[in-house]
Amino acid sequence: MTRWIAARLGRAGFTLLLLISFTFFALMISADPALQILGPDAGPEAIAAFREKWNLDKPLWYRYLTYLNGVLHLDLGLSYRTGEPAIHMVLDRLPATLALMIPTAIVSLLIGVPAGIYAAYMHRTTADRVTMLLSVVGLAIPNFLVGILLMYFFSVRLGWLTPSGIVGWSSFIMPILTMATAEAGIFARFTRSAMIELLQHPMVETGMASGFSRWKVLFVHVLPNAALPLLTVAGLFMGSLIGGAVITENVFSWPGTGRLLVESVGARDFTVVQTTVLLIGSTMILANLAVDLSYLWIDPRLRDARQVARR
Amino acid sequence: MMESVPPALELPRKRCAPIPLMVKAAIAVMGFLTFCAIFAQWLMPYDIAQTDLLNRFALPVFLGGSWAHPLGTDNLGHDMLSMVLRGIQISFTIAVLGTLGGAIAGTLLGLLAAWAGGVTEDLVGILVDFQATLPFLVLALALLAVLPDADMMLFILIMCIYGWERYARLARSVALSAKEATYIQALGVIGAPTYRIYLAHILPNALGVLIVNMSLNFPATILAETSLNFLGIGIQPPDTSLGVLMGQGRNHIYNAPWMALVPGAVILVATLSMSLIGDWLRDQLEET
Repeated sequence: MTRWIAARLGRAGFTLLLLISFTFFALMISADPALQILGPDAGPEAIAAFREKWNLDKPLWYRYLTYLNGVLHLDLGLSYRTGEPAIHMVLDRLPATLALMIPTAIVSLLIGVPAGIYAAYMHRTTADRVTMLLSVVGLAIPNFLVGILLMYFFSVRLGWLTPSGIVGWSSFIMPILTMATAEAGIFARFTRSAMIELLQHPMVETGMASGFSRWKVLFVHVLPNAALPLLTVAGLFMGSLIGGAVITENVFSWPGTGRLLVESVGARDFTVVQTTVLLIGSTMILANLAVDLSYLWIDPRLRDARQVARR
Repeated sequence: MMESVPPALELPRKRCAPIPLMVKAAIAVMGFLTFCAIFAQWLMPYDIAQTDLLNRFALPVFLGGSWAHPLGTDNLGHDMLSMVLRGIQISFTIAVLGTLGGAIAGTLLGLLAAWAGGVTEDLVGILVDFQATLPFLVLALALLAVLPDADMMLFILIMCIYGWERYARLARSVALSAKEATYIQALGVIGAPTYRIYLAHILPNALGVLIVNMSLNFPATILAETSLNFLGIGIQPPDTSLGVLMGQGRNHIYNAPWMALVPGAVILVATLSMSLIGDWLRDQLEET
């Protein structure tokens, strides 16, 4: 088991190195930032000074190693646009993003999982079909459309909620609902299919035959076993949550990391884009690693299997 | 002649479940939208570059406007019906090409991994791992930021990245199990060229799963494309897509809500219909 954990850690570390190299080489293929930032009318001295300031005149390997060293010290360079350290700009915006992502995760779990359980329990009935249709709509409707519809009804028509920025707790309602629509749909579908499979397991019949109520069998015996398949979609969920945050923050002019990313892409502020990509990528690597490791904790069979296999 | 076939040779008729009404409706909607996409040039009442500054923010017919602009006009006096038709054309083109490109690239990489094994297989695995670390939207934003002057071709190429890893995984696993089948072994023994074995004999085994995956990938590609263009990154005005229209409409949600709501409704109808068709196809495949 230790060897398996070590292998997983090694793979995560390698993926991280790949991610760092990707952000570095993505910058290499970009057009000369000196021209992008200073404009085509800049004189040769200005360009030379700019290139020297940002190390653009040094050889590639030197820049790569400097970059790796910088990343390890969390020094990711200065923003081309504002001259501030890029990492500060990104971290400053992070709390606003987390303030959307964490409640969204909770809300979508609270809606999606019960909906999935209910649909599985009512398998092949109208209630099941309606629930699944709703989840397909949730998945098919673009995030920004949900946002704009909410904005149209609650801000334009009713005038209840402010459409942009943070001006109190009520500002959180629309962005969280926007993001949770798709995520709840994902959870509902996966919970339902996991539960339907488990409901065919002999333990359900045994439980029922022993005189337990349907609900007791469902919640005490079936649901804990559905945790494993749900866990496999955690990485997918994390990715779609981040993508959703990027769009939602831009719909509602939310001062978060996602909005910063899009602003920086528009302004070709590469260092900030790089830093954001690195932050998101390493979060995903950690999340995927955590999922893999938590299998061992949730499913004791895996632990035994590994030990047996090792012997 | 059909009548001359002796009854014993007739294949046993499979009883197909009737196509649900909702799926039929979804197929009709997709047919209509595809028609609009193909013939947009002839259906557009105005040129998309044509502005009518005296007639800005004209109301659509359903809000009491005139039939001169059935879906109203936007902030520059563009005819919304023409813009939406062009938007459907561009969005569908990107979604079709992006889905096909991703399917072909992913499938070939998956087959390559299954055939070569060893280092090649590891390399494909590493690429799949890497894809899992960056949500597509973020990856696309990063690429569009560094690539100079993104044009349509480049944008379509980036859309091809979306979802390639699922095809690779599916193709690889099907190929790995098909490789062991006797008829494939036999083909190897009689000296059939490897590329033929893989493309003509192993690939058909995966076709069902791949097609279902494509039908589920198509709406997701539309969502990804419209999201990027909604953010104002990708296709640049005066050209347009359904996402570009939504992005422009967002700024006028107070005075001209139809600017966002009409293209939004089209996107929703398209992605929902295609998802329903995809789900139905998957259920059909799982039953057989």
